[in-house]
Amino acid sequence: MTHDEAHDLHLLHEMLRIRRFEERCVELYSATKIRGFLHLYIGEEAVAVGVMQALGPEDAVVATYREHGHALARGVPARSIMAEMFGKVEGCSHGRGGSMHLFDASRRFYGGNAIVGGGLPVAVGLALADAMQQRPRATACFFGEGAVAEGEFHESMNLAALWNLPVLFCCENNLYAMGTALTRSESETDIALKAASFEMPAWSVDGMDVGAVERAAGRAVDAIRSGGGPHFLELRTYRFRAHSMYDPELYRTKDEVELWKERDPIEALIGEIRDRQGFEPNARDDLEALVVAEIDDAVAFAESGTEEPVADLTRFVTSRST
Amino acid sequence: MTVPTVTEKTTYRDAIRAAMREALQRDERVFLMGEDVGSYGGCFAVSKGLLAEFGPERIRDTPLSESAFVGAGIGAALGGMRPIVEIMTVNFSLLALDQIMNNAATLLHMSGGQLNVPLVIRMTTGAGRQLAAQHSHSLEGWFAHIPGLRILVPATLEDARGMLWPALEDPDPVLIFEHGTLYNTSGTLAPDSGAVDIDRAAVRRAGSDVSVITYGGTLTKSLEAAEILATEGVEVEVIDLRTLRPLDTNAILESVGRTRRAVVVDEGWRSGGISAEISARITERAFYELDAPVSRLCTAEAPIPYAKHLEDAALPQVETIAAAVREVLRADG
Repeated sequence: MTHDEAHDLHLLHEMLRIRRFEERCVELYSATKIRGFLHLYIGEEAVAVGVMQALGPEDAVVATYREHGHALARGVPARSIMAEMFGKVEGCSHGRGGSMHLFDASRRFYGGNAIVGGGLPVAVGLALADAMQQRPRATACFFGEGAVAEGEFHESMNLAALWNLPVLFCCENNLYAMGTALTRSESETDIALKAASFEMPAWSVDGMDVGAVERAAGRAVDAIRSGGGPHFLELRTYRFRAHSMYDPELYRTKDEVELWKERDPIEALIGEIRDRQGFEPNARDDLEALVVAEIDDAVAFAESGTEEPVADLTRFVTSRST
Repeated sequence: MTVPTVTEKTTYRDAIRAAMREALQRDERVFLMGEDVGSYGGCFAVSKGLLAEFGPERIRDTPLSESAFVGAGIGAALGGMRPIVEIMTVNFSLLALDQIMNNAATLLHMSGGQLNVPLVIRMTTGAGRQLAAQHSHSLEGWFAHIPGLRILVPATLEDARGMLWPALEDPDPVLIFEHGTLYNTSGTLAPDSGAVDIDRAAVRRAGSDVSVITYGGTLTKSLEAAEILATEGVEVEVIDLRTLRPLDTNAILESVGRTRRAVVVDEGWRSGGISAEISARITERAFYELDAPVSRLCTAEAPIPYAKHLEDAALPQVETIAAAVREVLRADG
């Protein structure tokens, strides 16, 4: 197997991990093992997987409440993510955060922010710390196109550009801010154009094509590391599932969803591999088996996890209350 | 506290600047950012001269983007820096409430203890300068409602000089509220005066008849009222809370346990304010030691008006504090 073939299979594996992990989450939600809000990333896997390829362990990631995929692709163990969903103390946030607030300081994964736009200023600050300490790092900040309407978006874009900070802004444009279509919330729907007005390089990328995302993110991160300042990617993608488990999807047609599903990033990559270099007949089955084993293990780990003692409820309110 | 042998004349403003200068010299991770902190010298001239001394990397003028620069302070703190963020006035902090509440105060607990935020936010608070309803409120009690924050209210030169360093050493977010009428307060300070305790309240005037519990901009007024009352034979104990969260409940109870009467003086509004919290703690823990109901003197429940006579009438004043104390003394138990 060539390096490229192995890399393609790695990308496929990563996307399958996210897809199957979330499908299992839906089952576990129905079984009431997982509660609260559960926002699925299914359909958008190429974005997180593609961008993460450009980052190293020294870089930082800030994500949103739809971040299972980012956490998995960043290397947060499926076990600790699933335990978090179960509210167990073995979870990556100790069971305090749940689906919307996954954190892993050791992997520089800074959440898990459930206020739309709220992660952007924090990402700017992480990048400011790197710049002031002359560390050649990048901070990738993921947010949806809905965040573009928030004041924090504009403030953060301006500040990052003004101070030439090493931020990779990754706008996941899935066309709907919950149920509000982009055309119903923005006067200018070309988001990359908006971003360019802040005097930073801004590119629109096919977010259903993991290779295209990886290449764009790689170029951007290289430029950021060599002092090129913030870069902006508008990643055009689509959410195949409802906004959350409570969403009856009254705002879009089934036909539209089906049309986008024809551009499924996982099937697209498999098609590409087949066309380019052939696909071992058992390759997909082998990957699927690996993924199922990983998820089974994660669920078993979460099931056998422990509940935090109620006496520890106020632990970590401050560093002294430990 | 050691008795200083040599003292220096200074002001509250200069004391804060001296504290910032010392912090910038001692720790290269410390930097200051906010609106007009650099070229302008600070809206209230607190940071005047620091840009020339420390340069634009460490004295950062920001755009008018409270949410972004407070959030950037949070991110920089997570990234290993020790930022001091200046917000021009307390009303502007409302533009950054998302970052203060949903991130700074919350991240440590929500991340299961992984992400502490060693951030200091300084801002001007309070009325008395005819700045009307969007520059004059006292919202520190509001912020004291939030678990995860430490709320400091320096009222003296010593605290203006000494609270910043321990605030920067705190691993968690600290908000420092500087009352706008205090900046010109002058007095003497030992040249070697430095860090002070930021956990405990202080007795600023000892007395046996009634405890006046206050902080910040109403401390001086309370002390003046106590002097007037002393001429009437009333010995008032004045407690300076210094820290609104965590509240030094023991100091309050200890004083009230001796005087058996309490007046809480607070420039915030009465309903749901910090004065209500203090009153509740006294009645919960010392009810049977009281000789009179706990009394509160707060700002009138209206936005702060511009006209001087109306603003004066809205706020606790020396005369109204003295009157509140007399009233509590009349209510004999």
